[in-house]
This record gives sequence, structure tokens and C-alpha cells, in this order.
Amino acid sequence: MAQEPAGIKLSGYVDTEMPDYVGMIFVFMLSTFIGLQVINQVSRLLHTPLMSLTNAISAIAVVGAILVGGRSYVANDEPTWINILGLIAIVASVTNIVSGFLITDRMLKMFKRKEGK
Amino acid sequence: MSLWIQLAYLVATALFIFSLKWMSDPKTARRGVLAGALGMGLAIVGTLIDPSVIAGNYKWIAIAVILGTIIGVPLSRVPLTAVPQRTALSHAFGGFAAGLVGTAKFYYYVQGGHELNTFIMIALCAEVLLGYLTFTGSLMAAGKLQEVLPSRPILYKNQNLINFLLLVAAIACCGLLVYDPHRFSYLFPAVIVLALLFGVLLIIPIGGADMPTVIALLNSYAGLSAVAMGFVLNNKLLITAGALDGSSGLILSIIMCKAMNRSFTNVLFGAFGQVQQAAGEAEKRTVKSATPKDAADLMENANLVVVVPGYGMAVAQAQHRVREIYDHLTKRGVSVKFAIHPVAGRMPGHMNVLLAESDIPYEDLVEMDEINPDMPQADVCLVIGANDVVNPAALHNDKSPIYGMPIINSHKAKAILAIKRSMNPGFAGIENELYYDDKTLMIFGDAKAVTGEIAKALAGETGGH
Repeated sequence: MAQEPAGIKLSGYVDTEMPDYVGMIFVFMLSTFIGLQVINQVSRLLHTPLMSLTNAISAIAVVGAILVGGRSYVANDEPTWINILGLIAIVASVTNIVSGFLITDRMLKMFKRKEGK
Repeated sequence: MSLWIQLAYLVATALFIFSLKWMSDPKTARRGVLAGALGMGLAIVGTLIDPSVIAGNYKWIAIAVILGTIIGVPLSRVPLTAVPQRTALSHAFGGFAAGLVGTAKFYYYVQGGHELNTFIMIALCAEVLLGYLTFTGSLMAAGKLQEVLPSRPILYKNQNLINFLLLVAAIACCGLLVYDPHRFSYLFPAVIVLALLFGVLLIIPIGGADMPTVIALLNSYAGLSAVAMGFVLNNKLLITAGALDGSSGLILSIIMCKAMNRSFTNVLFGAFGQVQQAAGEAEKRTVKSATPKDAADLMENANLVVVVPGYGMAVAQAQHRVREIYDHLTKRGVSVKFAIHPVAGRMPGHMNVLLAESDIPYEDLVEMDEINPDMPQADVCLVIGANDVVNPAALHNDKSPIYGMPIINSHKAKAILAIKRSMNPGFAGIENELYYDDKTLMIFGDAKAVTGEIAKALAGETGGH
């Protein structure tokens, strides 16, 4: 693991620091394996809600959008057009988060078992 | 502070994995949504306390979140027949967000004169390419599903050659950008334009019948663009969540391809349904027809009725009448099962949601592979709005364009009732031999009207007994 000197942020912007690339690829590989395993177990009944749920989860892009849109790029902290791109990305991601989770729950509520059983 | 952020991300990752794990059973699935939403909330709070996010920008972020909520809430209330369009649209938003973040990061590095190493630049190129092509590709898919765009394949000359050249051009630009991002920064807009164009040209030649596969594939791309963003931003949460989405899309598209006996390359470059019209034999054969009353009598005296619903049922809004039939029959001790083909509907699992909406218990929704062994025991098979998925030509006629596609073995049932508007061939323009089978009775008419009359006939007889 890369040594992080005090004061350097772990998340997001470690621009001058050499990030742990191999570590990231490790994480990618392992989470893909977990994903394949877990998704294979998902009931075929629920493939449509699954898709809207993973939609909402992949809107985790909001994290990147906040980091890019919320940062200061100029000395007086005025928003620049780079901030604006990030802010638009936040709008797009939040749309997916809100509609994704709500519609998944709405669909899942409809799956009922036989009465009296 | 940063330790807390990393811990929040760690817990969020675990919650996302549990969220998907709980989707394995309808009983626990709603808990999965809660876990996912909690994970997302934690991730957002964790990011907001990141020291690089300055307090002065909180108000802008708040406005963006409110705007997103205002757009998102109505999108979650669309009718269930429109869920495939909504899904495609959300892939478009996901791709767009990834593309924008990638663009912003690139210009941050270039304008600030910061060093951009090879790894980050490769990831940036992947993020931007995948993001923007998912954006326009998904918009095209949504347009086709909403029928704003024609759902038939839109063909143009040398489409595969043009697409290939576009891709080569985009990759060449990326190669130069990776080689020296600062010197070739003027190529970055070209990469964006090529990706946007590629997304359009890749999806418009694909016909409506292949949309379930395309949606699943675009789902995968949207996830992978989030992974690439994670590499660029050195953020493991983005990588894990994106990988979960990417693998989900991959599995769903493999299932869809298998269900149609097609390969990825065939879906993406094959333009289904263009040359196959000639395959139907022009031979005039006779069909037997029956009235809804006959159908009611037949089903009432059955032990096992298997219903094969297709998207036509949903288009005609006949689900609720079908539920009435289900209620009348089960009340009399007739066992009723619904046989669901993986590609029934317009996205993976779509038909299950449509039937669940009309209060049919999910225990009676049976997958194709599970129902097929029981088909010979079925006294009646009622086909509503399904066509190609019950065509026995797929099993034995190697000249048929759907040859090799797994089907629901309706032809093995003791009797078949098929509700159809007319004898016009279905979506792919293929004659269905099932309708000419001696055991088959056709009931002509609108699916909603016919199922309504069958339900009425069944209800009337209850009173008589």
C-alpha cells in the first residue's frame, strides 16, 4: 500500500500521489466475481426490478460528480465551467438514484404470494 | 476525516452487495432496496464531508440534488409497460454523468498543467468513450421503445464498415491522447463526438425484438463507465458499485441472448428481421376457430391450464381480465400456471412485473425451463399475445429464422387456444405453425375483449351451478 503522508486526502484527489493502481484492478476483479455470483442467484421473477436497482446503484457516479462539482478550481472559489459539468452530472445521477430506488420498490410491492398460504 | 470517509464507503459497498443478494427471493427483495438506498445515502454523506468539497459549493450541490429529485420522482411513476423506456433513459443519464465527469477531469488536468499519467489517461478514455456511447445509444433504445423512433431496424449502407471505422478513429485518437495528453488535447472533443455518433449508429440498426438484449448490454456499459470513473478518481467505491452493475448487465444480456439463440455479435451487427420475410411459406392452410364461450367451457373442465402471455397481452391491457379468468378457474379447483419465456415483454423479467401488477401470485409464474416438462399434462394451453415463443418451427424447421430458439412447448398440450387479432404473422414476419395444428382453436379478436368475454362466460356459469 502507498504510504499516505499526513494531510493528504485518501479519497478522490490524490493527484500528485501515485495511487495504488494494481490495488484498484484487484478490487475491480474481485467485485466483478462477487457480482457474477450474487446476480446469478437473483430470482428470474425479479430481473426487471434487479435492473432498476442496479441502475440506482451504478448512479454511485454521484460520488465522482460531487467530488468534481464541489471542488474549488480557482483562487476565489468561484464556480468554473468544470464545476458546472460536475453539477449537471449530479443532476443526472440523482435522477437515477431517486427514480431507480422508488420504482424498484414500487414493482417489488406488487409481487404477492397466494392468499391464506 | 478521510478514515471516516473510507469507512462510510466500505459499509456502503457491503450494503450494495447485500442489496443484490436479497434480490434472490421476492420475500426479502424489498429489504434489498432499503439496503441499497442506505448504502447510497452513506456514500453521498461520506463524499460531502470530503475536505476537497468546499462549503461554498454546497448550495449548488443542493440545487443539483433537488433538480435531480424533481426529474426522478415522476420517472418512478411511469406505467409498467413503460418501464423498459425508463430503464433505457436511466442508462442514458448514467452514461452522460460518467462522460461529463470524465470531460471535467480531463480539462482540469490539461488546463491546470497537471501531470496525467498513462493509467489515468487510459481510464479517462474508457470512461468518456463508454459514457457518451451509452448516453446516445440508450437514448436511441428509449426512443425505439417509446416508439418515437421506428422500432424496426434502420439500415444504412456499409453500416458495419462505418461503425468499425468510427471505432478505429476513436481508438486512434485515444491512443494519441494517452501518448501525450497535453500535446494532443485538441483531439479530446473528437473522441466525445465519435463516441456520441458511435452510440447512435450502433443502436439504430437494431430491431425492437432485440431491445431486451440491448438494454441489458447498455446496463453493463453504464456500470463499466462508473468503474472507469473509479480508476480515474482513485475511488474504490465507484469501482465496486460499477462492477456490480456491469456484471449484472452482462449476466442479463447472456440470458437474453441464450433465450433467442443469438450471439452478441449477431445482435449488434446482424440487423434481425430484415431479409427473413421470404422464409414464410405462402401455402394456404386452414385454421379452426372458436368462440370465447367454447374457450370457457374447455378451460372449466380442465385440470391444468397453462397461460402463455406475450407482450401483445400487455399492449391490449388484458392482464386484469386474465386475472379474472385465473380467479374463476382456481376457484373451481383448476390449476392455472403462467409460462414465462425469458424474452416475453420488452426487457428481462418484464412479463413477471406486468402479471404481478394484476395481482397474480408469483408462485404461479413459471419459467420456461420449469414448465416445459409439464406441458404434455396441460389440458389447455391458452396463448395470449405471444407468437414466436410458441412457434414449433424453432424446434424442427432449420430454414426458419428463429430455428434453435428455445420455445415454450405449447404444441405438446392436449388442446391449444390462441387469442389473436388476425392471421397476420407476428413481429418477425414468421408464420406460426402452431395455429395450423389440429389441436389448436383460434379465437379471433382483441385480447382485452376476448379475455373479458371468457371471464364473463366463466362468471355466468358459476351462478348456474
